[in-house]
Amino acid sequence: MWDYSDKVKDYFFNPRNAKELKDANAVGDVGSITCGDALRLQLKVNPETEVIEDAGFQTFGCGSAIASSSALTEMIIGKTLDEAAKVTNQDIADYLDGLPPEKMHCSVMGREALDAAIANYRGITPEAQHVESPLICKCFGIDEAKIVRAVTENNLSTVQDVINYTKAGGACGSCHEKIERIIEDVKKGAYVGRYVTTDMEAVRRAAQGGSCAQDPLAAPQGAGDAGQIHDHGHDHDHDHDHDHDHDHSQDQTAAVRDPETRPLNMAEHFSGRMQRRQEAAAADTSGPNPDHLLWAPVAALIDEIRPGLQGDGGDIELVHVDFTRIDVRLTGQCEGCMMEDMTLSFIADLIEERLRLKAPVVNVARDFGGSGEVL
Amino acid sequence: MRVYLDNNATTRVDPLVRDEMMPFLDEEYGNPSSMHSFGAGVSRALDLARSRVAALLGAERESEIIFTSCATESDNTAIWSALQAYPDRHEIITSAVEHPAILQLCSFLEERGYVIHRVPVDSHGRLDLDFYASCLSDRVALASVMWANNETGTVFPVPELARMAHEKGILFHTDAVQGVGKLPICLKDTCIDMLSFSGHKIHAPKGVGALYVRYGVRFRSFMKGGHQERGRRAGTENAASIAALGRACELASQGLNRMDTEIRRLRDRLEQGILSQVPRCFVTGDPENRTPNTSNIAFEFVEGEGILLKLDREGIAASSGSACTSGSLEPSHVMTAMKVPFTAAHGTVRFSLSRFTTQEEVDYVVSKVPGIIADLRSMSPYWKQAEEGAPAFDPEFRGTLGT
Ligand code: FES
Repeated sequence: MWDYSDKVKDYFFNPRNAKELKDANAVGDVGSITCGDALRLQLKVNPETEVIEDAGFQTFGCGSAIASSSALTEMIIGKTLDEAAKVTNQDIADYLDGLPPEKMHCSVMGREALDAAIANYRGITPEAQHVESPLICKCFGIDEAKIVRAVTENNLSTVQDVINYTKAGGACGSCHEKIERIIEDVKKGAYVGRYVTTDMEAVRRAAQGGSCAQDPLAAPQGAGDAGQIHDHGHDHDHDHDHDHDHDHSQDQTAAVRDPETRPLNMAEHFSGRMQRRQEAAAADTSGPNPDHLLWAPVAALIDEIRPGLQGDGGDIELVHVDFTRIDVRLTGQCEGCMMEDMTLSFIADLIEERLRLKAPVVNVARDFGGSGEVL
Repeated sequence: MRVYLDNNATTRVDPLVRDEMMPFLDEEYGNPSSMHSFGAGVSRALDLARSRVAALLGAERESEIIFTSCATESDNTAIWSALQAYPDRHEIITSAVEHPAILQLCSFLEERGYVIHRVPVDSHGRLDLDFYASCLSDRVALASVMWANNETGTVFPVPELARMAHEKGILFHTDAVQGVGKLPICLKDTCIDMLSFSGHKIHAPKGVGALYVRYGVRFRSFMKGGHQERGRRAGTENAASIAALGRACELASQGLNRMDTEIRRLRDRLEQGILSQVPRCFVTGDPENRTPNTSNIAFEFVEGEGILLKLDREGIAASSGSACTSGSLEPSHVMTAMKVPFTAAHGTVRFSLSRFTTQEEVDYVVSKVPGIIADLRSMSPYWKQAEEGAPAFDPEFRGTLGT
């Protein structure tokens, strides 16, 4: 059994703010049922003062996930959004008198939900919230940006650390080499300037600047952004990353100041995200991968609908699955039939409904200049 | 009240078993291999234990029993022995839901060029017999399939599998850790060549097990060293634990009938009590063919560790195939192989009874479980969604207000 602190146990057995907020004006949803934990954080933010007046959570997950969610709500109630935005996953763990190393990802999930909720309040679209970055861990659908951020913020140095903080690498293990490379590259400062999300405060401030720009009263604040970010970069490093070597802190700060990464241009930066993602997914497509976490449940759903298709003289075969895309081969009558698109979207809907997985379903039998039609 | 329903993990040592082993921790400290009288009594104790184990398994000869340190050692011994006895054969057949003692060794061998056939199971955990049959060939050194699954209790038709293997001239081993003491076993009526089990699942202490090797089957020892166990398992015998194992086997055969009647009824009472009060949960495994003491229940939209923590606070011990409890990040390979729906794969709880379980204990558990599940579900975003048709919990979209 895990060696949980008394505080973790207390927050699990007597959770504070485990509730649905009827009058919430910000929501952050993270995680998924397939991966074993998920959190919905709701905030009631005073529009005048931006003070978080109330917060509620609903969590599917283990004891420490519930405790982390609960602790988070307690930590941020009464804070302004700006203050809350400074909460790191380490703060959550510290608030609970520590978490077992293997459970650090629970605190990361809390911070992600907070990020998502603040972004939601600020009106930042989900597309804008994350930088395009390659998928590293297929088992858990975790991309480079998330790993870089966890490594940077928590000064991680082993694959096991990354597993503990992000889950990436925790299943088949085939991504371990990539994770090792990322850790090395982070130490070398190779990602500086690459991922805006490695400094979420910058994103938040930019967004604030953006919305404030329409509000004459707040304009000066927006104008002062760069300086604030600079200061904050320092605060952040000193407060939370005592062990960071100094060069690295400097790099971080530099990254945030770098005009190239100024997130004000985010809309442009992300406009092609979905398209790039689909291209990446298409390039990634390979043969059957029955060992993938998703293969069995998706195959079961395909089996369910197959008799219907066969009744119409067609057939369907599962070709490849991952978290970004599901490939099938429709044959017989289905191929090129006008019902094909309906069939594919029906499958996508079914998968979304049953597995809570949003992924395009692609018919690889249909030749569209090498890449399948993505619905 | 403290209720221990995790007997598939380990069991309490029966006080009668403890009494049996105490002399060997005291006066009877001789080495059974010695020529003097200090060793003689110990040597006789080993003989007695061997005959008791042979009796429980229905073995033809007592010499077919080799004492080991645990079932994992027995499993490893069986597989290595087969590979060395048949060096020209480079394939192994096993199931997708074996214990790690088998699966990890098989993966290790696979990396070194052996071909491993892992027979899949259906959603009730039943073995795909056609697949099994299709793998049998003269390239196979060993077929090794568990007698009963530790997580679901699903019982495999092991005597039949052994017969099919023998028809093709293939050795057959079974990891019977969860079968011994719970199901009637009579090896002399089957063509099973090797069988592994351990003491601590049947109220003997931890650290002792046995491997049955049918008389005449080619055998190569795993532990090299002295001539103990007729040269088949080197190392000075763990006399106290072996004596205990013998007594535990004797008590287990006396208790077999009760296991099949009273304990089975208690298990069913527990299961029905929970299923009738808790919505959206179901039993995993083969309802027709299960060990009488095991019930694995999958609860939708909750995570197993939370259930276990709350049960533990009520004094109830159980276990879970959920990711968080195992230290891994994925649900157990058994649940994955059975394609348990994703909504429930992280919320499985295994209750396993023993001959010491009472009706009072079962009723206590039944009185606690529904509240615990309801409590955790009230915190689960998926439960709200499933119950009230609330806006879908949509992690991909991050933020569902106004959508
Ligand atoms: S791809 Fe990362 S663990 Fe499998």
